[in-house]
Amino acid sequence: MSAIAPPATADTAPPTPDYSEYKLVPARHPWRWVGTVLVAAGVAAIAWSLVTNPRWEWGVVAEWFTAQSVVNGLIETLKLTAISGVLGFVLGFILALMRLSASPLLVSVSWTFSWIFRSTPLLVQLLLWYNLGYLYEKISLGIPFTDVRFFEAQTTTLISQFAAAVLGLTLNQAAYSAEIIRGGILSVDQGQLEAASALGIPAWKRSTRIVLPQAMRAILPNAFNEIIGLVKGTSIVYVLAYSELFYTVQVIYNRTQQVLPLLLVATLWYVVITSVLSVFQYYIERHFSKGALRTLPLTPLQKARKFFATHVAASPTKDAR
Amino acid sequence: MSIIAARKESTTTAQADAENQTAASVTSTPVAPATRGQVDISNVRKSFGVTEVLKGVSLSVQPGGVAVIVGPSGSGKSTLLRTINHLEKVDGGYITIDGELVGYEVRGNKLHELREKDILKQRTHIGMVFQSFNLFPHLTALENVIEAPIVAQKRSKAEARKRGLELLDRVGLKDRADAYPRQLSGGQQQRVAIARALALDPKILLFDEPTSALDPELVNEVLDVIRELAKSGTTLIIVTHEMGFARDVADTVVFMDQGQIVEAGTPQDIFANPREERTRSFFSKVIEPAFNI
Repeated sequence: MSAIAPPATADTAPPTPDYSEYKLVPARHPWRWVGTVLVAAGVAAIAWSLVTNPRWEWGVVAEWFTAQSVVNGLIETLKLTAISGVLGFVLGFILALMRLSASPLLVSVSWTFSWIFRSTPLLVQLLLWYNLGYLYEKISLGIPFTDVRFFEAQTTTLISQFAAAVLGLTLNQAAYSAEIIRGGILSVDQGQLEAASALGIPAWKRSTRIVLPQAMRAILPNAFNEIIGLVKGTSIVYVLAYSELFYTVQVIYNRTQQVLPLLLVATLWYVVITSVLSVFQYYIERHFSKGALRTLPLTPLQKARKFFATHVAASPTKDAR
Repeated sequence: MSIIAARKESTTTAQADAENQTAASVTSTPVAPATRGQVDISNVRKSFGVTEVLKGVSLSVQPGGVAVIVGPSGSGKSTLLRTINHLEKVDGGYITIDGELVGYEVRGNKLHELREKDILKQRTHIGMVFQSFNLFPHLTALENVIEAPIVAQKRSKAEARKRGLELLDRVGLKDRADAYPRQLSGGQQQRVAIARALALDPKILLFDEPTSALDPELVNEVLDVIRELAKSGTTLIIVTHEMGFARDVADTVVFMDQGQIVEAGTPQDIFANPREERTRSFFSKVIEPAFNI
């Protein structure tokens, strides 16, 4: 075993030069610039064509955008979305609880409901509800297996276009939201329920105050996906000749032959609704992330305020120096 | 220690209450003697599927007593603890607290399981602290503490807040009242959980391995809080692997193995002179040779 000699360089290496006066130059990223320029050029080209191509007929779009008939159609679309969205999620919540219950009958009924409504096309469901009168001429409410009837009506008068649309959209929505809500509830740790029952908190309060607020974090992103899907999904009820937004513009362009500009009118309204919903989503999700994140991210408004506070307020002092 | 341990024979049979009473009465107590929180576990059996995890366990803990349950994992310690507040239903035997059956009522010559509402009411007398804290992450420390008093005991919000702040102060966390659990260290979270269990003013506190999920340097801040509680006259039943703590704080140490109580007695008896070979062999594994008993 020989003694290890000290590294030869230790003594002989030249003394390290003093770099303290040198200027630091960050690394260059030329390809990032190439990519940026290409994408910017592409975006500019698209914007240019949108503005300059006369066939987009922006004048026609502007003319019809706030026309009374279009606004009426928009209101119908919002009405359908709100009603079937709310009813769908309420029914979905009940179905989710049934699916999570200990009763085999409730579990299988809930499972079968989701199975049927998720495996048949919405279009078929809507047409089926609208033509229910063909299958059942009268609808009555009474005591089963007896002749006692409290209420009886012709199916065709009971199932209007609106009723068929709401029925179809609601039941379809319920099948999907049941799974979303069930997933959210399952994502909450079992220990939370255990701790709550050890504290003597009643079952209903355990669900509403402990489990649901935590489940909401998992439910909300999917739920908003569904609602946004539903906004546009309502356009399918045009098959019932129900005058919501999409059917309305169809009627108009069939008369004026301005097909694309009018489709653009409907599209822009869908974009507006979705954008508003996205803002709601941001703030609602932020509300339910209390405690899940160590510090809540700033809202866009707070970010803007901070930007102005630091940059605008700081600049005079910079000038003063 | 405030109240002397029940003697071995009596703890394992749960029949010698008279003896325990005598034992308790001769002890001098630094605080007012506890009059509530007597726990009697009688021949409790419990199976999960084909595995019998409790094979006829009997144990008595005096009002204000501190019983520490030790033993290898899978010995049924936690299950036994969870039967005391009916989180786990027993398959046989029964448990009483101050003479009142837990989870059941006598009708004729049968024990009928209580309705959920009545079980929940019983649980408000029994606080529980979990290994994994189980704080409600969407509520602040103070909101965690006042949730059950408001919802389960219908106390006013102002009163619950006042009491909640006192309790957080008691566990040294008054200044963190508005913090969410994820903003607290493990030791702080467990102390909030202890305050939460105390908020219902329970007769009995159950601790299920309260320090097992903590980093070593955070263990003592939690144990110190429990040491303080041991002097307060609340009955404590603690499952733990902290042998030094068990020796300090317990007046009864219960050694469990394979679903049975192997032996029970004062810390001196159990740690220094275990009578059973199984007890001796367990301690030789968990206590370092240098550990001074």
